[in-house]
Amino acid sequence: MAIELFILMLLIFMIIAALIAVESSDLLSAVIAIEAAGFGLCAVDLLLGAPDLAFPQVLVEIVTLVILIRMIMTRRDTSRQTPRDTLRTAVVMLAGGMFLVMVFLAVGGVNTSGTMPSFGHPVMGSFEDTGVSSQYLFRCARDTGAANVVMGILLDYRAYDTLGEATVIFAAILGGYVVLRKIGRKKSKEINP
Amino acid sequence: MEIAIYVLAFLFLLIGVYALIAKKNVIRIIIGIGILEYGVNLLLVLVGYRKGGMAPILANGQSSANLAVRAVDPLPQAMVLTSIVIGLSITALAVALAIRLYDKYGTFDMNDIRDLRG
Amino acid sequence: MRGMSPIVRNIAALLGGVVIMYGVYVTLTGHLAPGGGFVGGVIVMAGIVMLVLAFGGERARELMREHRCQLLEGLGALSFLIIGLLGFLTVSGCFFKNFLPTGKVHELTSGGMIPILNVAIAIKVGAGLTGIFLALVLGCRSAMFRKGK
Repeated sequence: MAIELFILMLLIFMIIAALIAVESSDLLSAVIAIEAAGFGLCAVDLLLGAPDLAFPQVLVEIVTLVILIRMIMTRRDTSRQTPRDTLRTAVVMLAGGMFLVMVFLAVGGVNTSGTMPSFGHPVMGSFEDTGVSSQYLFRCARDTGAANVVMGILLDYRAYDTLGEATVIFAAILGGYVVLRKIGRKKSKEINP
Repeated sequence: MEIAIYVLAFLFLLIGVYALIAKKNVIRIIIGIGILEYGVNLLLVLVGYRKGGMAPILANGQSSANLAVRAVDPLPQAMVLTSIVIGLSITALAVALAIRLYDKYGTFDMNDIRDLRG
Repeated sequence: MRGMSPIVRNIAALLGGVVIMYGVYVTLTGHLAPGGGFVGGVIVMAGIVMLVLAFGGERARELMREHRCQLLEGLGALSFLIIGLLGFLTVSGCFFKNFLPTGKVHELTSGGMIPILNVAIAIKVGAGLTGIFLALVLGCRSAMFRKGK
């Protein structure tokens, strides 16, 4: 009960920080507010029993802060609001409201049978079930020899997904290098034909 | 209480979508992408929580059967771990694109960029 | 980009080695405690970011260049793939088969090829992110940074 109250308070803190990040006119305050939301998410991860996720969350926070502040350097957001913007905002609010109503029904607000699992009772059952997660927990020490089940899943049972993730990071960094090149191809052909 | 936690997590996701669609400044759009990514990670970890559960790491002298009964779900955590590092690379790529956009058009405002048309 | 005052530079010089060593430790004991290859790579990158911010752009440009980081990143990704392909050489081979012996749990040499894959991932992620950070923050002569608001 106490943990759920903590998580609720941290979620309210994160929502307030996200609203400040989206609406404030000074860009430096916006960046600092999103860092506050990230730290709140790290605390929620620790409360939910995922220390493997709190670690990279904090580090990614700090590096994103450095990159974004390098780009901003005390600018202000001086964009005007056109009538098309107001229409777009109203459409997003309406769609958001409908989406939240659907979520409320899916979680099981009106009657007791929802489509999402209720909070605190995950999909996996006891270890006699043939569900994947309980089998991973039961067999990880015997099959892979790793004490950390998450690492065993990432690098032994699902190593192919880790290869795909390494490819995605490689492609994103390659795209960054291509975008930041100093001389384009046409200009370098003019310089040395 | 439990429904409130899920609804607040979806609200957090929705704030990211709102920033992505209805804002004009390019840097605010990048902040919106960041909030969206945090929201998705939060939701995936929330689904796998077990009441009174421990982290899925085998302690000294614990049997696997005990771990399978008491631990939280390890599979969403494994997927979210890679998603966090991918999010960092995406933010770096988006910042690189924003720098090139400023080079070409001289402003961060999407209204002016749309009017100029290269 | 200028560096910072001598106090910050001395402390960064003392702490830089400690942070990089901590990244190596977290990578190697990824199968025993929370951590692993991704986190170790990002920790090493954060240590290098601290050194670059403390000592300034010119010193950093002398010591490390982007093509070294690109070479290391390619090597890391390639070694990850080759270790996966080595699984085909064993008896009942498949992609990414864990063919090294899995020792006793809770020892450093347990887990088969999990520590080796952790090291490959840490090299790839650390070198890749360092390279893109250097390209973004130092090597960029765009109009945005020339105005100097």
